[in-house]
Amino acid sequence: MTLRGPQSQPRRGLRRAEFLIEWGLFACALLSIGTTIGIIAVLTVETAGFLEEVPIGEFLFGTEWTPLFANPRFGVLPLVTGTLLVSLIAMLVALPMGLLSAVYLSEYAGPQLRRIVKPVLELLAGIPTVVYGYFALLFVTPLLQEFLPDLSGFNALGPGLVMGLMILPLVSSLSEDAMRGVPRGLREGSYALGATKMQTSLRVVVPAAFSGITAAFILAISRAIGETMIVAIAAGQQPRLTLDPTKPVETMTAYIVQVSLGDTPQGTLEYRTIFAVGMLLFIGTFGLNLVSAWLRERFREEYA
Amino acid sequence: MSAQISHSGASDFGPRVPSPESRTPNPESRAGARAIALRRGADVAFQVLALLVLVIALASLATLIWDIVADGAGTISWNFITSFSSRRASQAGIWHALTGSIFVIVVTALIAVPIGVAAAIYLEEYGGRSLAARLIELNITNLAAVPSIIYGLLGLGLFVRMMGMGRSVLAGASTLALLVLPVVILSTREALRAVPKTLREGSYALGATKWQTIWHQVLPVAAPGILTGLILALSRAIGETAPLITIGAVTFVTFAPDSIWSPFTVLPIQIFNWVSRPQVEFHANAAAGILVLVALLLSMNAAAIWLRDRYQKRGIL
Amino acid sequence: MSTASKPLSSLGELATTRKTTAEGPDVPSKIDVDSMNFYYGDKRALQDISIRIKPNVVTAFIGPSGCGKSTFLRTLNRMNDIIPGTRVEGHIRIDNVDIYKSGMDVVHLRRRVGMVFQKSNPFPKSIFENIAYGLRINGMAGNKAELAARIEESLRQAALWDEVKDRLHESALALSGGQQQRLCIARALAVRPDILLMDEPASALDPIATQRIEELVYDLKKAYTIVIVTHNMQQAARVSDHTAFFWLGRLVEYDRTEKIFTAPAEKLTEDYVTGRFG
Repeated sequence: MTLRGPQSQPRRGLRRAEFLIEWGLFACALLSIGTTIGIIAVLTVETAGFLEEVPIGEFLFGTEWTPLFANPRFGVLPLVTGTLLVSLIAMLVALPMGLLSAVYLSEYAGPQLRRIVKPVLELLAGIPTVVYGYFALLFVTPLLQEFLPDLSGFNALGPGLVMGLMILPLVSSLSEDAMRGVPRGLREGSYALGATKMQTSLRVVVPAAFSGITAAFILAISRAIGETMIVAIAAGQQPRLTLDPTKPVETMTAYIVQVSLGDTPQGTLEYRTIFAVGMLLFIGTFGLNLVSAWLRERFREEYA
Repeated sequence: MSAQISHSGASDFGPRVPSPESRTPNPESRAGARAIALRRGADVAFQVLALLVLVIALASLATLIWDIVADGAGTISWNFITSFSSRRASQAGIWHALTGSIFVIVVTALIAVPIGVAAAIYLEEYGGRSLAARLIELNITNLAAVPSIIYGLLGLGLFVRMMGMGRSVLAGASTLALLVLPVVILSTREALRAVPKTLREGSYALGATKWQTIWHQVLPVAAPGILTGLILALSRAIGETAPLITIGAVTFVTFAPDSIWSPFTVLPIQIFNWVSRPQVEFHANAAAGILVLVALLLSMNAAAIWLRDRYQKRGIL
Repeated sequence: MSTASKPLSSLGELATTRKTTAEGPDVPSKIDVDSMNFYYGDKRALQDISIRIKPNVVTAFIGPSGCGKSTFLRTLNRMNDIIPGTRVEGHIRIDNVDIYKSGMDVVHLRRRVGMVFQKSNPFPKSIFENIAYGLRINGMAGNKAELAARIEESLRQAALWDEVKDRLHESALALSGGQQQRLCIARALAVRPDILLMDEPASALDPIATQRIEELVYDLKKAYTIVIVTHNMQQAARVSDHTAFFWLGRLVEYDRTEKIFTAPAEKLTEDYVTGRFG
């Protein structure tokens, strides 16, 4: 019985099979790169076609968006401001509330409270966005109209608030993760000096988790910007360059939905507009995601 | 005269001797006592504020649930579930959308599972820390955060137009598969990582190849975890509206899809359609549709949780 | 072949006093290690190991924790390959074949050189399937009758057959610790290795189970070459024919067990076996 001895046929076949299997698995992993390439390719091709007919200056800086009218205008700013307005309102709700919730859960809450709060937050995060859209249009807006009689049926405020509620769990859980990454030693040092829990939390833990928390905030903004159904249902389809949350606005995402619902033939300029808007949306969210990922990596390095 | 003032988090050591550097107020002085009381007050106020936030979140959720139930409970009926769409609200049902949703999700799973599990196996078992593997990982993390409507645009340009699938179930399922792929990959990797190293070592020591070890030992043990992650990913996909609207899952489809090439609609799109109508009767239908959707979601999540519990009870090694 | 007994004043002198063979040179060695160095990344864990292990004997590796005996054991079946960043310099020959040469079929090697681990690791399958697995993947399963016969044979070799013959299809995880370890031994034996490497096989077991394992090892050496790592010196003295003493990544002394424990050549060895450290 030696280690020499002919490599039997089955052994060689096995080696080849293993080789093929590894390459097959690798190909599947590469598919994810294919997805990114596909997104960029599709968006680029159609946007290039769009920009052949519409100068980029008019697109990016024009203040009227009426591509489906007889006398079309292709200034995307109303869509951008619509998106930013709703997102701003959402962030005013989600960021402070999410951070407070995270601080409380991370530094104060006992196990019983966690057992109630965690599932609630998970539930809030898991509700499909159409449901939130329904809620925003048919409950929140009428409710707000009791206090603000001038509030129109479609507006930025209602969906903004509801979007904030939807994003709150994301901010909370990511910030909580960041705070839990702060080593116990830092807290203990603070307590040992006689600091209260609040002082320790706000002046030691949160600053220490700063880049992690910022990463969470940026991810939340990216999520708000990319959100579609809540605004498609409740914000309206009138592109309006305004900062007034009581008027209807249209976001970039809602516009894409609007056109997709219609019967726009392929290859027309109107068809290409959704890709141009989509490209803008993609660049914006992708950029934010990259910054967020970079911040998270830096945070990990600080406390790894 | 030791003023034993304790505040949360700090320990009591009796009377404090103020040192020149110490910013701790001296409890024995009146100013010091006030400062401490102020700090305690602020601490309490902070806790109240935080609790208030949680209460608001809880209350909002409760309100939302109550609102939907109140609006939709009256319309929910077996008839509602099994009827097709109609111009008349009272006769409109969701059967076409419900079957569409289920059909699309099943096809999505059939596409996403082999690719996702294969990719995860590669990254977890073969890739290691190579440059290719790390790039792929980075890419997957980014893809997980791309807005779902962008996937819709990809599906429109690639599947519907370029590959000529048209506005079919296959195009919708392919689009959703790409959407859930990052999540499937991430959760499958978690499940693979949970398999103890000793299991792999035992297999290698017997002269097994890498793939033999993965196929015969690692995958069977990781399977429940993979399945749980998959069900959770699919339950998110079933609520997705935007990408399917974009690829053209039209809202006026009134029949249940009969093949992967047929046009289709899904529950969330039908709900969207009804909500967007000005007539109030359709709003009730929308609410009822939401209840059906949520019921579907809850059952999927319950299945995932049951699987996870059963898996934990059996344990591994 | 023994060197003069003299106290060591520094490790540097080991180079001249180290021995590599414990028996006469006429019996060809089964495992032949030549100036082997092992690295975890940049850190050298094993330094200049040379040893010739004879067939059909039980060789024990002893030494304090962290001295590298387990690491060395794992180089013999290239188990360290699955840890990233490890590197081997020098030569390890089994039956005169350099197992680290390029093109070596590691999978084939691991069938020939079996391993039993410190913590028993039966697969979460039935007793039958645990053993059948190794046979199947190596193409040794044959038909149903042959498979059952081979499984019975290996369970008998591991002195486990009588205890499990009526419950072959029950889960292996339901066995006691000692039974699980004997199952792992049976599993390793089923694929007909020449060499059996055992990494502290009884350290997690109670004294009675330990005794059974030791008896098993003693019986098995008639057919196999066994290398056993142990931190229990009495066990090494009971069970092995030759013993190698490792310290801080070096092989200090290697000789017949009787000699190591009664009249070792190195002072370091003597200090260790008399319990002055470790």
